[in-house]
Parts: sequence; structure tokens; C-alpha cells
Amino acid sequence: MTADPLVRAPVSPPVSDDGHLVEMRNIRVSFGGVHAVDGVSIDLRPGEVVGLVGGNGAGKSTLMKVLSGAQVPDSGQILIGGKVASIHNPRDARLYGIECIYQTLALADNLHAPANVFLGRELTARGGVLDDPAMEDSTRKLMKRLNPRFRNFKSAVASLSGGQRQSVAIARAIQFNASILIMDEPTAALGPAETAQVRDLVRQLKDEGLGIFLISHDIHDVFDLSDRIGVMHQGEIVGVVNRADVTTDQVLAMIILGKKPEDVTKEELAALHA
Amino acid sequence: MSDASTPPTMTVGDRLRNAPKVARGAVRVADIDTRLLGLVFALAIIWIGFNVATNGSFLTARNLWNLSVQSASIAIMATGMVLVIVSRNIDLSVGAMLGFIGYTMAMAQTVWLPATLGLGLGHPLIWIVTVILGLVLGLGIGALQGFVIAYGYIPSFIVTLGGLLVWRGLIFQYAQGQTLAPLDTTFRLLGGGPQGSLGEVGSWIVGIVAVVVVLIGLVLLRRRQAKYDFQVRPVWATVAIGVVATVVILGAVWVANAYPWPEALAAQYAEQNGIEVPSGGLIIPTGIAYPVLIMIAVGILMTHLAERRRFGRNVYAIGGNPQAAELSGINTKRSVMLVFGVMGLLAGVSAIVQTARLNAAVTGLGVTNELDVISAAVIGGTSFAGGIGTIPGAILGAVVMQSLRSGMVQLRVDSPTQDIVVGIVLVAAVGLDAWLRRRTT
Repeated sequence: MTADPLVRAPVSPPVSDDGHLVEMRNIRVSFGGVHAVDGVSIDLRPGEVVGLVGGNGAGKSTLMKVLSGAQVPDSGQILIGGKVASIHNPRDARLYGIECIYQTLALADNLHAPANVFLGRELTARGGVLDDPAMEDSTRKLMKRLNPRFRNFKSAVASLSGGQRQSVAIARAIQFNASILIMDEPTAALGPAETAQVRDLVRQLKDEGLGIFLISHDIHDVFDLSDRIGVMHQGEIVGVVNRADVTTDQVLAMIILGKKPEDVTKEELAALHA
Repeated sequence: MSDASTPPTMTVGDRLRNAPKVARGAVRVADIDTRLLGLVFALAIIWIGFNVATNGSFLTARNLWNLSVQSASIAIMATGMVLVIVSRNIDLSVGAMLGFIGYTMAMAQTVWLPATLGLGLGHPLIWIVTVILGLVLGLGIGALQGFVIAYGYIPSFIVTLGGLLVWRGLIFQYAQGQTLAPLDTTFRLLGGGPQGSLGEVGSWIVGIVAVVVVLIGLVLLRRRQAKYDFQVRPVWATVAIGVVATVVILGAVWVANAYPWPEALAAQYAEQNGIEVPSGGLIIPTGIAYPVLIMIAVGILMTHLAERRRFGRNVYAIGGNPQAAELSGINTKRSVMLVFGVMGLLAGVSAIVQTARLNAAVTGLGVTNELDVISAAVIGGTSFAGGIGTIPGAILGAVVMQSLRSGMVQLRVDSPTQDIVVGIVLVAAVGLDAWLRRRTT
């Protein structure tokens, strides 16, 4: 493998004076009377993976939807590179170099892989005509690194396996100089080999200086890949901990009890294990 | 070719059994749309079947020429309906839009322009202004409906059902049941007929230009693909496609030219122009009719729009997964509005063709056309699930429907029975398509 980066030279990621790529401050989203995200603050640095964990309905996905422009928050502030960003829809988010790989994959099943990779950002040749050969060529080059066994560039992605579809989704996210990547359950639909591949990829992207938010149910995924782990519980952030400082048990206790490790009593911990 | 790919020990029987597989492989390698091929096959069966049943009067130059003109109006609108259905919408108002636009154009050329603006009947500006009016009106009405659908969050079924009633109602309101006729003499030519056709030389020129364009296009495509190191269509496939296209285009021109003007009209023409009528009558080849020319032009433009333009790609993405399209930054609302704008524009084009062909505007113009247009698109392989459908398929679908009707008329099948047959064919075609799709994916 050659050394050229997967992402074409991340054009100097927007970093604030104190080294932050993203700062989300006091984000609130409610649906009806339910506070899906209730005053959450979290930040991300370049070359860092921040894992987001929590039970179903803890608010992880909603929080990330706010960052990716798919959900407009009721209140709160997002800073990209130290400057207040106004993100009202996915198009805005992309302008800030934010890319998202959704849990539901968000592929157009009727289109082939190159069309999906370039969806919404199609390459055109002279006269505004779609340049399909160029898009296929870029996709082939990208796939050679992401998933060398990927061959099917002509048929609709509906006919591809889960892993292949995930490759297409990832290819789409990193094709365009992203500096901030949101991965929502990137390995949920994958077999062991494909999961390992995605993990390698996450490490590679991190080494190239991207900041990554990683949402996962799989605590091992999160421990394996994250530098810091943010635990959410009922719309609030329980705490953001350095991976090196905690054990999986402690994180699990945070997820289930919604308390920081130091606040958990021995009795509660015992009850968990029982 | 087949010797190289099959072991020498194969018996003739083996080879025959293997033939479908080889054919399938060839179609795949050549990058040909199998569904379109199936449709061509179905059309061939229908044509040959009717030709046998009518003792050879179906596949005549005259009948094929008529068939082409009769298919044009529905085929033109069906190309737009493909995009509408692909984007997971429906347009029930095309017939009423066509009627409204057609009637307005008739008013313009018989009343407003000659009398009110004082251009005088037969002024050369009349047909041009009328055509522009029809197109602008169509685009406007379509875009208006699209705006309400996309930005008002009202289902297209409801909006266009309302549109159907509104536009049809408006015609009756200002037509007061009147039929407007005759229309401008130049405008009338756009409807076809012997004089509304290209003639022999013009048809050959168009045919030869088309062949040249197709061949250049094939070469350019190869060259563009060759820039990259992945497999392009094999040379034999490109050559085969080029040969087939050439034969089809020149064959169609030949057929159109093989249909002569009616004797009486030819005689009249000879008298007016001082031509001596030879023994056996003056033979004037008709050539390609203008509506057919318009249909072909629309088909090419719409195919380009659907397959080679960002707009078309986005519409297919919206149909495949609306959420994914929205999340990937596509302006889905604007796209949907434009799809309906294009549909309205095409209803305008068809309104020109139909009123010109009728040489009149009647209040019932375009009634139930929406059903024919939707049927043509669906027979042509457009899926109501969204995201799937082709423009050439829809045009072929329109020709298939018109062929069924025309063939049954020749067999003296009454109109209700025709409806029953077309209805069954429609459902069967969609059923077959769904079955094939389940098997292949």
C-alpha cells in the first residue's frame, strides 16, 4: 500500500486557539414534551475519536443529527474551529467539512455505487454533463483501499451485501475532504471481517487528522477506537471520560445508572453484577 | 466468436441449450438494458401477431406511419410521467392541462391574435406566438402544481386530482361548449398529415444526420471511457449497437418514405404546381411526420436530462431513497417542483400536437389522457415504488399501447373490448415486471 492519504489532504482542519475542532454547547432538542437532548456540551479535537455511548433513547443520535444538520436544535451553540457555525440543514454541515455515516446507511438503493458516492455532488464534464466514467474511476480508486474485494460498480447497491453497502457509505463520507466525521453504528450490520476492516479504517482516518464522533452500541468498538468516551443517559451527558482512565465495567455502570463512576455506590455496582 | 468461448467437445444440442446463457452474457457484457430489450421483443410479437391476424395489413408503411403519429402525443407526455413516477409522485392532471393549454392556444390563434391584436388571420407570427404561449403556460401550470406539492407538503395525488378538476372546469367555463376551428394553417402542420411531414429528402437528411450523431456518440463514449483503466464495452458490442442503430434509423426513414400521399391530394398538389401527373398517379413520399419528429426530439432531450444531468440523477436518488437524497444535500423540494414543471411543459407540447392534428380545440380535448400516459410509462417499466424507469421504455410503452389499439381496430374489435384487453395487458405487464425483478435481485 502506498502512503497517499485516503482523504485528499484535509485542507488544514479548522482548529480553534485552544485546539478544538468542534464545540457543541448546551444543545437542547425536545420532541413534544420529551427532552431528547437536554443541555449537552461536548467537544472534539483533530485526530481524536470521541465515542458516544448510552442506552436506546439516550439522545446520542439526536445530538449527532444536530451536528450533521439533520435536526435543528431548540437552543444551543455549535462552534467549528472556534467560530460560531450556523447549521440548518445537511448542506450547511457539509460546507463546514462535516460528513455523516448514518445508521440506516442512507443510500439510494436504485443507484450504483459511484452514483451513491457522489450523490448530491456529482462530477460533471464540459457542458454540465454527468461525468460517470470519472466518478466510477474515483470510486474504484477509493474502494481499492477501503474494500479491495469490492467489484460491483455497475449494479444498484440494493443488490450488494451489508458490508459492501457500508463501504459505499464510508466512501461517500470520505471522498470529499471531510475534517469532521460522524459514524452512527458503523459496524452494526457487518460480519467480523468487515467490522475489523472498518476499525482499521477509523484508525487510519484518525491518523490523518480527522476528528471522529463514533456512536456505537458495541462497548468493545468504543473502547478499541476511542480516545475519550461520552456517556449519555436520558438526554443528558453523564460524563466524558478518558478511555485510559476507565474500565468497561465503569462505563457500563454509567450507561445503565446514569452516574459518574465516583458517584456509584458499592451496593449499586453489586446489584448490577447480580 | 462462439468457437473460442465454448469447448470443442460440445455437441450441437449442448450449444443450443447453452445459447440463452451465452446470449444473456453477451447482453450483460455489451451493457444493454435487458428490460428495454424485453419490451422490444414484446412489441415485435404484437406486431407480427397482428400482421398474421390481419393477413398482412398491419405491417404496411401506411399503418406504421399512422401508428407513429398516433403514438406521438401520449409518448411525449409519458417521458415526463417517468420522472414524475420515479420521484414517487403521480400527475393525474396531464389530460386536463393538455385540454386547458390546447384550448387557450386555439383561442389565441383564432381570436386574440388575429382580431384583438389585429395581426390578421394567417400572419406568420401567429403560430410562433401560439406555440410559445402553450409551452410557457404548460411550464407555469406544472411548476405551480409542483410548488404546491413540494413546498405545501400536499400529496401529488391530491394536488393533481384537484388540478384535473380545476383545469377541466376552467375550459368549460370559458369555452361555453364551443369548438374552435379551423386553426392557423402553419400551426396545423405540427399535427402531421401528408403536408405536416418532412418529405422524402428531408427525412433522409434527418435519418443520415441521426446515424452520424449516434456513431460519433458511440466513439466519443469509448474514448471517454478509455481514459480510465476499467473495462469498457467490447469493440464488437459497440460495432453491433452502431449497426443496429443505423439499420433501425434508416429503416424507419425508408418506411416513412414508402407511404405516399393520398392520390387525390397528390393530384391536387400536381395541379396547383403545374406538375404533369404520370400514368399510374403521382407518387409523393410522405416521410417522417412532424409530431413524430417532435416526439423523437423530446425523447432524446428527456433521456439526456434523466441520465446525463445532475437534475435527473437527483430525481432518481429521490425516488430511491428520499431521506438519503435530502441528507446528501440534494434540494429535493426544488427537484420535485421542477419535475412537475417539465411535466407541464410536455403537456404543452402534446397540446400543440393534438390541437394541430385535430385542427380544432374541443372542450373534451385530452380527456382520460392521464390514464394512457401513466399506462405507457408503467408498461415501459416505470415502477410505482419509485427510482426506476426509463424514457425510451415509456416511449416504447406508448407504442405498445397504440399498437394494441390500432391492431384491434383493424380486427374490428369493439371499443369496450379494446379497453378490457389494454387493462389486462397493463396489469399483466406490471405483474411480469415485478416477478422478474424479484427473481433477479
